[in-house]
Amino acid sequence: MGFEVLLKGSNMIRLLGGLLVALRISLVSVCISIILGTVLGVAMTFKSPVVRGVLRVYLEIVRIMPQMVLLFLVYFGATKAMGINLSAEAASVIVFTFWGTAEMSDLVRGALKGIPKIQYESSVALGLSNVQTYAYVIVPQIIRRMIPLSINLITRMIKTTSLVMMIGIVEVLKVGQQIIEANRKSSPNAAFGVFLTIFGLYFIACWPISRLSKHLEKKWSA
Amino acid sequence: MGEILNIKGISKRFDDLTVFKNISMKVAAGEVVVIVGPSGCGKSTFLRCLNALEAIDDGEISLDGETIGSDSKNLNKIREKIGMVFQSYDLFPHKTVLQNLTLAPVKVKKADRKEAEKEALALLDRVGLLSKKDNYPRQLSGGQKQRVAIIRALMMHPEILLLDEITAALDPEMVREVLDVVLSLAKEGRTMIIVTHEMQFARAVADRMVFMDGGKIIEEGSPEDFFEKPKTDRLKKFLHSFTYEK
Repeated sequence: MGFEVLLKGSNMIRLLGGLLVALRISLVSVCISIILGTVLGVAMTFKSPVVRGVLRVYLEIVRIMPQMVLLFLVYFGATKAMGINLSAEAASVIVFTFWGTAEMSDLVRGALKGIPKIQYESSVALGLSNVQTYAYVIVPQIIRRMIPLSINLITRMIKTTSLVMMIGIVEVLKVGQQIIEANRKSSPNAAFGVFLTIFGLYFIACWPISRLSKHLEKKWSA
Repeated sequence: MGEILNIKGISKRFDDLTVFKNISMKVAAGEVVVIVGPSGCGKSTFLRCLNALEAIDDGEISLDGETIGSDSKNLNKIREKIGMVFQSYDLFPHKTVLQNLTLAPVKVKKADRKEAEKEALALLDRVGLLSKKDNYPRQLSGGQKQRVAIIRALMMHPEILLLDEITAALDPEMVREVLDVVLSLAKEGRTMIIVTHEMQFARAVADRMVFMDGGKIIEEGSPEDFFEKPKTDRLKKFLHSFTYEK
């Protein structure tokens, strides 16, 4: 079946190392995205048509552009055109953050809009100041709405990291390909076993996260 | 009884639409004023202007001689003195019943948490909800939520309580439990301004009835005169819409 190649040498360790690269890129990107996305999401609720227009365009660009094109654009295009020396992993983090920030900002905007006006009004009617209203009433509710959604974004990012091998990053899928290539003579069927193992690894990485999101969603649903 | 709330010729417009115009009213300490009127007559907006949730365009509102306006610096201080309960959904969904009650006293009045909790538990006991203290709002019925909302307003020791159609979103069988609480507050001498569609309740609780229509006060008076001997045709017609005869 091809599983035996994974037991050769340090193949399994290498595969796990590849998974670690994928997880590192997605987690770093998600962390930055959450911070930037929250700022932009709040900005999206501003009344200024300029701010909203710019953010709208940004969001549409991210939605329309395939992530792979963005990766190529940043790694091959921007680095050459601007003469910046960028590692492939840094380029990936930039692209994933660019994407994640847009997604997060839309989630934050939605969560903010979803808080009924009466929550603000009953807070100020109790004598809470604006800052207190946000700190004790609005933001905690937004966080409860946001966490399950941003966890979903993490799993989507982990899956999408399979694209970064296109700019030369040796992540789990690339390691798998290398193992298959190196053992083409001795184990011609290695592809099935290796890819099935990778499938399993993605599942092990994403499933608990997805369960956690489901659990929190249930726990906090009002 | 001295007057505590003095409303002098206030008006409110939304763009071109005049919601109400030149309304004046004085409310004495311990008085219960009930405002009724057809939907859209401006009574809810009027109530919301009293604690500056909506800004007034003309006139002046003062509580204990202090002017209320959205630009007054001590607006939050004044709002502490004016409790308000809304139609629905105003409990904080991420906090337990007890936390809902103690948030404002602890954060705004800097009250001791232990003291605030003690008071909250006593109030919960009074409205029959002591066993729900650790529940979240979503676990309560509509009537229970509104009872909590009322005592949450009481936790700030307001001088005046504004109730904006607090039973309008409730199932009929839950209206009673909420109105009983309001009735008991009236009996202990709370100053309240109540907007409602429950006519029998209005009659039982009011010291003074006010009928608003088209953004004006059409008629006001004691509950007896108001319901038995209405002077204006508009009030007669309005009251008639609540009676059914074969």
